[in-house]
Amino acid sequence: MKAPLSWILDLVDVPAGTTTEEITDRLTLTGLKLEAVVSPGREITGPLVIGRVLTMEPEPQKNGKTINWCTVDVGDANGTGEPQGIVCGAHNFAPGDLVVTVLPGGVLPGGFEIGARKTYGHLSAGMICSARELGLGEDHDGIIVLPPDAGEPGQDVRAVLGLDEEVIEFEVNPDRAYALSLRGIAREVLVSVEGASGFRDPALRETPAANDDGHPVVVEDSEGCPVFVARRVDGFDPAAATPDFMVQRITAAGMRPISLAVDVTNYVMLETGRPIHGYDADRLQGAIVVRRAREGEKLTTLDGTARTLDPGDLVVTDDSGIIGLGGVMGGETTEISGTTTSVLVEAAHWDAVSMFRTGRRHKITSEAGKRNERGVDPTICEAAADRVVELLVEHGGGTAHPGVTVVGTPPAMPVVEVAGDLAARVSGMPITEEQSVACLRAVGCEVSAAVGGSGTLSVTPPPWRPDLTDAQDFSEEVVRLVGYDKVPSVLPTPPSGRGLTRAQQLRRRIGRTLAGEGFVEVVTFPFVGEADLDALGLTAEDPRRDLLRLSNPLNAEAGFMTSTLLPGLLRTAGKNVGHGTTDVAIFETGTVTLPRHAGPAAILPVDRRPTEAELEALDAALPAQPLHLALVGAGDAVSGGWWAEAQPFSWADAVEAVRAVAASLGLEVSASAVELAPWHPGRCAELTVDGEVIGHAGEVHPTVCQAFGLPKRTVAAEVDLDLLIARAVHLRTAPTFSSYPVAKEDVALVVDDTVPAAAVEAALREGAGALLESIRLFDVYTGDQVGEGRKSLAYALRFRALDRTLKEGEAAAARDAAVARAAERTGAIQRA
Amino acid sequence: MSGPNTDYDPVEVTPLKADQVEAMREAALAAIADAPDLDALKQVRLDHAGDRSPIALANREIGALPPQARKEAGQRIGQARGAINQALAARQSVLEAEHEERMLVEETVDVSLPTTRRRRGSRHPLTLQSELIADLFVAMGYEVAEGPVVEAEWLNFDALNLGPDHPARTMQDTFWTEPAEDHVVLRTQTSPVQARTLLTRKPPIYVVCPGRVFRTDEYDATHSPMFHQVEGLVVDEGITMAHLKGTLDHFASQLFGDGISTRFRPSYFPFTEPSAEVDVLCFVCRNVDAESCRTCRGEGWIEWGGCGVVNPRVLVACGVDPEVYSGFAFGMGIDRSFMFRHDLEDLRPLFEGDVRFSSAFGTEI
Ligand SMILES: [Zn+2]
Repeated sequence: MKAPLSWILDLVDVPAGTTTEEITDRLTLTGLKLEAVVSPGREITGPLVIGRVLTMEPEPQKNGKTINWCTVDVGDANGTGEPQGIVCGAHNFAPGDLVVTVLPGGVLPGGFEIGARKTYGHLSAGMICSARELGLGEDHDGIIVLPPDAGEPGQDVRAVLGLDEEVIEFEVNPDRAYALSLRGIAREVLVSVEGASGFRDPALRETPAANDDGHPVVVEDSEGCPVFVARRVDGFDPAAATPDFMVQRITAAGMRPISLAVDVTNYVMLETGRPIHGYDADRLQGAIVVRRAREGEKLTTLDGTARTLDPGDLVVTDDSGIIGLGGVMGGETTEISGTTTSVLVEAAHWDAVSMFRTGRRHKITSEAGKRNERGVDPTICEAAADRVVELLVEHGGGTAHPGVTVVGTPPAMPVVEVAGDLAARVSGMPITEEQSVACLRAVGCEVSAAVGGSGTLSVTPPPWRPDLTDAQDFSEEVVRLVGYDKVPSVLPTPPSGRGLTRAQQLRRRIGRTLAGEGFVEVVTFPFVGEADLDALGLTAEDPRRDLLRLSNPLNAEAGFMTSTLLPGLLRTAGKNVGHGTTDVAIFETGTVTLPRHAGPAAILPVDRRPTEAELEALDAALPAQPLHLALVGAGDAVSGGWWAEAQPFSWADAVEAVRAVAASLGLEVSASAVELAPWHPGRCAELTVDGEVIGHAGEVHPTVCQAFGLPKRTVAAEVDLDLLIARAVHLRTAPTFSSYPVAKEDVALVVDDTVPAAAVEAALREGAGALLESIRLFDVYTGDQVGEGRKSLAYALRFRALDRTLKEGEAAAARDAAVARAAERTGAIQRA
Repeated sequence: MSGPNTDYDPVEVTPLKADQVEAMREAALAAIADAPDLDALKQVRLDHAGDRSPIALANREIGALPPQARKEAGQRIGQARGAINQALAARQSVLEAEHEERMLVEETVDVSLPTTRRRRGSRHPLTLQSELIADLFVAMGYEVAEGPVVEAEWLNFDALNLGPDHPARTMQDTFWTEPAEDHVVLRTQTSPVQARTLLTRKPPIYVVCPGRVFRTDEYDATHSPMFHQVEGLVVDEGITMAHLKGTLDHFASQLFGDGISTRFRPSYFPFTEPSAEVDVLCFVCRNVDAESCRTCRGEGWIEWGGCGVVNPRVLVACGVDPEVYSGFAFGMGIDRSFMFRHDLEDLRPLFEGDVRFSSAFGTEI
């Protein structure tokens, strides 16, 4: 809400010497937050003065235009006292008129610098200004001619034009709809600014009584439209200009001046907060009827949009059909035009919820709708209509029609019981009941103590405060007037907490582990498109294709919540490579969305706690959202340098990173081959813990690498952290180990290429028995010595007993048993 | 003791004469002193103290001497051998020290060589900021509550006193999901976690809820469709705005520095009443000569978040008796706090994933 200061001060007095800053500081502290103070003339610098036209000589030009060569008395403002020679293209003035003159050195809005320049054969030293050139409106028909008593030539003209007006912009919260009016703002000044007084309520006026001579109005839905007031002005001059003060104020408030009739309705809306609609009375046919729309009815609104109406919409009709969307926007057929001479003024009170729904349904935001949907004082319809009539008559030369139509009565405000000490209990400040009562009365409430001195107050909010419905709402009114800045600072004393949960601790541990492994954490948006899944190479049947669709995505290409972190992470890795970080290791943890298609999440009642069953159903209706970890490595895993050659990322780095994470949770991961997009079909490991699949890791398919701008051999992993964390070992048992000498045995086994090393190792472990302390695969060989399709796996085995030194031959026997088991299980043959 | 030697020729037992033993000793000591290195000393040891050395041979003769001569000869040779061994040991340690010194000189490397063989990882600054904030509250006795990002409309709005026709609903530009009749949204705030907490815990409740939230804001320097919030909720007997103020003052001083306090301005949130905007004192200029301060843009205070006394309607919807309990709630942008704490003007680097950004913050902030 933008409010010119002069307009505020028309309605309320502040002590002499009160600065704008003092006013805005106080208003900010009591809840009307200052956004900015601006001045319409802020872009104008340099000499802008009153000039008196001394002479003007019309000079026809070759291009058909006629210019005026003028001499203008600008007093001493030009430093010489001599008349100023200025070329002017306008003709709406005569010698002797006072005009607005900008002298060389001045700058007009838009950075338009004024100098002395040669034009039309003259040296034109300055400019005679129009309203538009000064940013004071759209009127470009001619230059501004000031009233004869405006001042002396040479005098600064800013004050005369209202250019030095200060316009205060407030942020108005949804509960303070009354502050969307000068009336409301002035009232806030009255209660907030020390010493303010003399509030002149623009809605407090004598209005003519209702009679039967007015335009007939029938309200069929009195809940949707509790009050409908209609007044009429005839003989209105459609060409009448809007007075300057009104143009200036409407413009300053951020609205566009259009015509006197429209400007007056907007002016009164800004002044009182009550939206007004004007109809061309001659285009109305028969009685006005207010009702709900019927299925399929249509209306073309003032903005030229043809709309299909909803049975929830409130409409204004006449014999011709629907003529307006009540309280939101009028229709085209009865719009006030340049030929309108009779205006029917509507000031109606509309149901706020209905206004909100209609506005949202039709995506209409208007100044009227903004006020109607937040709630307007229902008692001021007659006053607002009367004020419009007054201004139309005064400035448009019409006459007020004697008919006054008033249908309905304003709904009564509720009486709310408020504990006298509530404000004190809520705020922690020693606010007395007397203080509370005084504050509530200051904001317009009627307060009376309940019978029996129970300490409970009966409070009726003023009609402009529909937001005050609960006892707690009144406590805010008291506390804000006492002052939020006076709330003391006291620390509560919580009971002993239990710290982070185990899962929370482990998530941090996982992040630190990966950072320790050289991975950098990133955060990406969880939005994904089908093209991203195509780029991953997912098959049509892949369960990750089942996505939660957003109704209103920002980007149609990414209209779903993702089921995998890989697209975002691969894209991010690709961007890093594109930025020249060719060796990149990144990870992300975040939830993915896996739809359960379990039906709607009910809208439960709010006047009681939901039942356990209702809450369970609510959670069951949401998609599963497991926490995932994904990581990507591209380029070199270990950089090359004076120490050694670089080691490019390999599938094994992805598996090892997951193993490191699992190890940090006390878990061991098993890997087995699987084919799964987006990985290389021969280099993807399915990772399991205790037999349950927790994720996948390996080398990314070369086609996928290319799609994401990544080098070949990029590696990636994605695991379900919820599964891992659920299995994390909480209390690890302290180890026992032998201090007897170790016996080392190496074996090399030749197996088929297709035999997994993990299977060979498992057989060796099993065969070696309890004496085996550790086993390590230290070499994998393929080549001539083992033959085509075969590989040699070399293992170092360490044997040791807990309680004794091994006897001669004991370790060898265990080794032989291990080899025998491997031969039996995997066809392994020991190399000589 | 050995028995009489059959080869013994007493005439040859000259070494037992004092001057001859002295000569052996002198020769040995001279050779030891002259040994230039450990290898040479090894040879000297063999020559002058080894089994075949003159002094060793002389020693063997002692047994053949008449008993009255044995004692004297034994003493003489023993002293000589002692001196030689002592000299050998001394020379050995000198030469060893010299050797080690030389070896160390030879092993000198260029320690200015780069040592960056392994890449250094890091965590995301917003993760770190969230954890830091959580830790501040955990230290006060709070617990960290969590909830889903894809949330039921009822929990994101209705339960928080944001009914279907509440104008404030349109202020939070919500991502809705399909089918619309499922009433599922991307949570626009972390407040549904507060509702979940009220529904599942019994007072006294002291929790913070950091997490990701979503709004349909176009992505630019100051807006992101996804950002991070932290909300706090306290429900206990006798909780007032004063407790809220005390808690936020403490929070501000922990996060931004000693003496940094907060300021409340009336505001509006459906789930709190009274409601307030919280400003935090600019930790750069502390509102002293704020005009030239970039961090607070000359205001002296920085808009930090919203807060208020929990609306009794919310307590009722979540099954908490408002006659017994009252509470406060607050919410701040983690990203926004991070931005002014770390002098970041454009939020986009937080979500671009350029490793150069995260790497700058390491693993703790
Ligand atoms: Zn500052």
